[in-house]
Amino acid sequence: MALLKNNEMIDDPFVDATGQETIPADGPVLVDLHQWQSHREQLTQRADPVGVRLRSDQPPELIARDLESLALVALEFPVFRDGRAYSYARLLRGQYRFDGEIRAVGDVLLEQLHFMERTGFDAFELQSDDPLGDLQVASADFDVWYQPAADGRLSAMQLRHQSD
Amino acid sequence: MYRYDEFDHKLVAERARQFRRQVKRRLSGELTEDQFKPLRLMNGLYMQLHAYMLRVNVPYGSLSSRQLRKFAHIARTYDRDFGHFTTRQNIQFNWIKLEEVPDILEELAEVEVTAIQSSGNCVRNITSDHYAGRARDELADPRVYCELLRQYTILNPDFSYLPRKFKIALTGSPRDRAAVALHDIGLRMHRNEAGEIGFEVLVGGGQGRTPFIAHTIRDWLAPEHLLSYVESILRVYNMYGRRDNMHKARIKIIVNQMGIDRYRELVEADWEQIKDSVLKVPQAEVDRINAYFAPPEYECLADIPDELNDVRARIPEFDQWMAANVAEHRVPGYSIVNLSLKAPGLPPGDMTADTMDAVADLADRYSLDEIRVNHRQNLSFVDVRQRDLFTLWKELKLLDLATPNIQSVSDIICCPGLDYCNLANSRSIPVAQDLSRHFVDVDHLALVGDFTINISGCMNACGHHHVGNIGILGVNKRGKEYFQLTLGGSSDENAALGDRLGRALPQGQVPAAVETIVDTYLAIRLDGERFLDTYRRVGIEPFREAVYSPVQARAVA
Amino acid sequence: MQMIIANRLLDGRVVFMDDSGGWVNDIADGSLLVSQQDAAEQLTAAQQAVEENEVVDPYLIDVSADGGRRRPVQVRERIRAFGPSVGLVPQGHGGV
Repeated sequence: MALLKNNEMIDDPFVDATGQETIPADGPVLVDLHQWQSHREQLTQRADPVGVRLRSDQPPELIARDLESLALVALEFPVFRDGRAYSYARLLRGQYRFDGEIRAVGDVLLEQLHFMERTGFDAFELQSDDPLGDLQVASADFDVWYQPAADGRLSAMQLRHQSD
Repeated sequence: MYRYDEFDHKLVAERARQFRRQVKRRLSGELTEDQFKPLRLMNGLYMQLHAYMLRVNVPYGSLSSRQLRKFAHIARTYDRDFGHFTTRQNIQFNWIKLEEVPDILEELAEVEVTAIQSSGNCVRNITSDHYAGRARDELADPRVYCELLRQYTILNPDFSYLPRKFKIALTGSPRDRAAVALHDIGLRMHRNEAGEIGFEVLVGGGQGRTPFIAHTIRDWLAPEHLLSYVESILRVYNMYGRRDNMHKARIKIIVNQMGIDRYRELVEADWEQIKDSVLKVPQAEVDRINAYFAPPEYECLADIPDELNDVRARIPEFDQWMAANVAEHRVPGYSIVNLSLKAPGLPPGDMTADTMDAVADLADRYSLDEIRVNHRQNLSFVDVRQRDLFTLWKELKLLDLATPNIQSVSDIICCPGLDYCNLANSRSIPVAQDLSRHFVDVDHLALVGDFTINISGCMNACGHHHVGNIGILGVNKRGKEYFQLTLGGSSDENAALGDRLGRALPQGQVPAAVETIVDTYLAIRLDGERFLDTYRRVGIEPFREAVYSPVQARAVA
Repeated sequence: MQMIIANRLLDGRVVFMDDSGGWVNDIADGSLLVSQQDAAEQLTAAQQAVEENEVVDPYLIDVSADGGRRRPVQVRERIRAFGPSVGLVPQGHGGV
């Protein structure tokens, strides 16, 4: 699937091996948590980047000590109303200081893009005919934010007291 | 009152513009109803029995006369000339057209009012003591912290898709007028030995089909940590709250399933990581907001008990109103006046556009332009000169807003019920109307004294029946409307859930049953006992027997 | 007998499906469905109207028609068809 990353559409370099019986011997690969836990040693020794996909009931603490070996964490939205992954992304960027790719997968829609971006996602498998157009629409919505988040934008409160 | 600065104005305008786009995408079919529903709910827009309903926030209950006039205008221009004040410091309009909502939101934004997060699975309107800043027993004004929380929770990217709705209430007084123990998070101010203000943090309270009184998760929280601690509570809830069953998705369920101690551990561990982050509230921001809540320039006046007593002695009706509807103010020469939206026979909390305009005018003349909205669905003027009380009373009488029944048997909380609401299974308003017509003798109301009756049209408990001294819950039995009574509920600092009295009654028998309960109380109360005190002393049996005894059963049949 | 009731997407108003598959505000103008088959067919058509973003949440209600006046059997549906039972504007308020 085409991927929206850094404001452009790219071909996903990762081969999606989640749920498969065999994991390709080389090349960037995305595995699920079960695969990761079963084959951690082999996977950490690969030259090519590895990503792990977490379901929304799999919090990132399950891979907290593995993050240095991972280039990508894909967080799943089984339905757009399931908001757990926003907190997972926040924890990955904040407490776990993960600076690899955090990808939103599953039921990923325009109207949720803005919050995803704010909480630390930087790649999106967007359900859309025109992902770039959608991104433009979503990005144009706001330029005032009330809270600090993972995107580094200054909150209204910070801006109010910048000179203090 | 808080006033928007450039940031607040911009954000609210942007949100209105965003919703205009979302409505457009819905109407063009780009969004399905399933996708649109959470988006419209996050802007307070429901689909009810008759049309769309728009719920608008009155943050922590503070309303200016200009804002109230705007509500009148909205009611007149876009609805059927009236609005309904709810139990959470909101106002609802019942016949709204989807295509007109973006215009309405823009009109509201002009007067710094929004519908943002008045519904949806996100943090709702922050509510507080309607006497905030004016009550004599207050430790500190909670509104500055309400405003900090309002801003922190609005469009919060982490917590806009929570497992379920989330309600926060604050009080700065030991006397709890904001029902904080019945909220997902309740914040209660205390003063320590050093004279500093801090919060006791409660979590996991709520009503609905599984009611709980909140647990204290932290005895003392310094105000500078308010936002970070709330964030940690929310994060743990967002990650671990149940999403498999919407009836078990509120924070109260997960707190009680894992236990408050385990929940506290998770929160404290998360909080350790962020307590000293940018979420720490700078004193400069507290000061900036506090400036808006500085007391108005009061005239230097003295209390005038003698003059008032003269008038009260001459005019019993005024005396009754003073006793029931007027409260103490912290400044000499001033009083707090409650406007009763519970005149006999009227749907509780409803107000016409003309009355809204008239109340706004009175607020300008008698209460420094400000109106407060409270969780018992009444309004208050919080800065009335005592020498204006008599004139104001006469004006309020003309508007039918001076029924002397605040906190009495006929000051009934009532949800819209099956007459308006998609969730209800029975009509609550007619029960409230019957009861308020039944208890019209003002001397009797005064004799009965402090007494709350709360009515909900279904187990979702929007009418707070669990915490009414008498709670009345509509149930549907084989297609017929019945009402289940509970006794002994309370939402104050000693919050309690009511106990079930007995089998549900048909609507026609409710007034007689309530009268029996009231009469039983009058017969057995000790000197100075409120109903709640008597109930706690004697238990439910005397009341159960009186209502359901064979003789009584014949009498009510 | 049954009828199809729904809310119109644009203004949220309660509407009934009529014989031509359109949507009308007055219950008297809606289509009265006697046979199971008619009811099923109209419900399918109503689902199509959902797809086309005309209405929201259509469903069948039971209706009686004694003396020619149509009346939903359930209280809830009567309230939807005829408005709140407590009157639209509270009497007594607004006497300014």
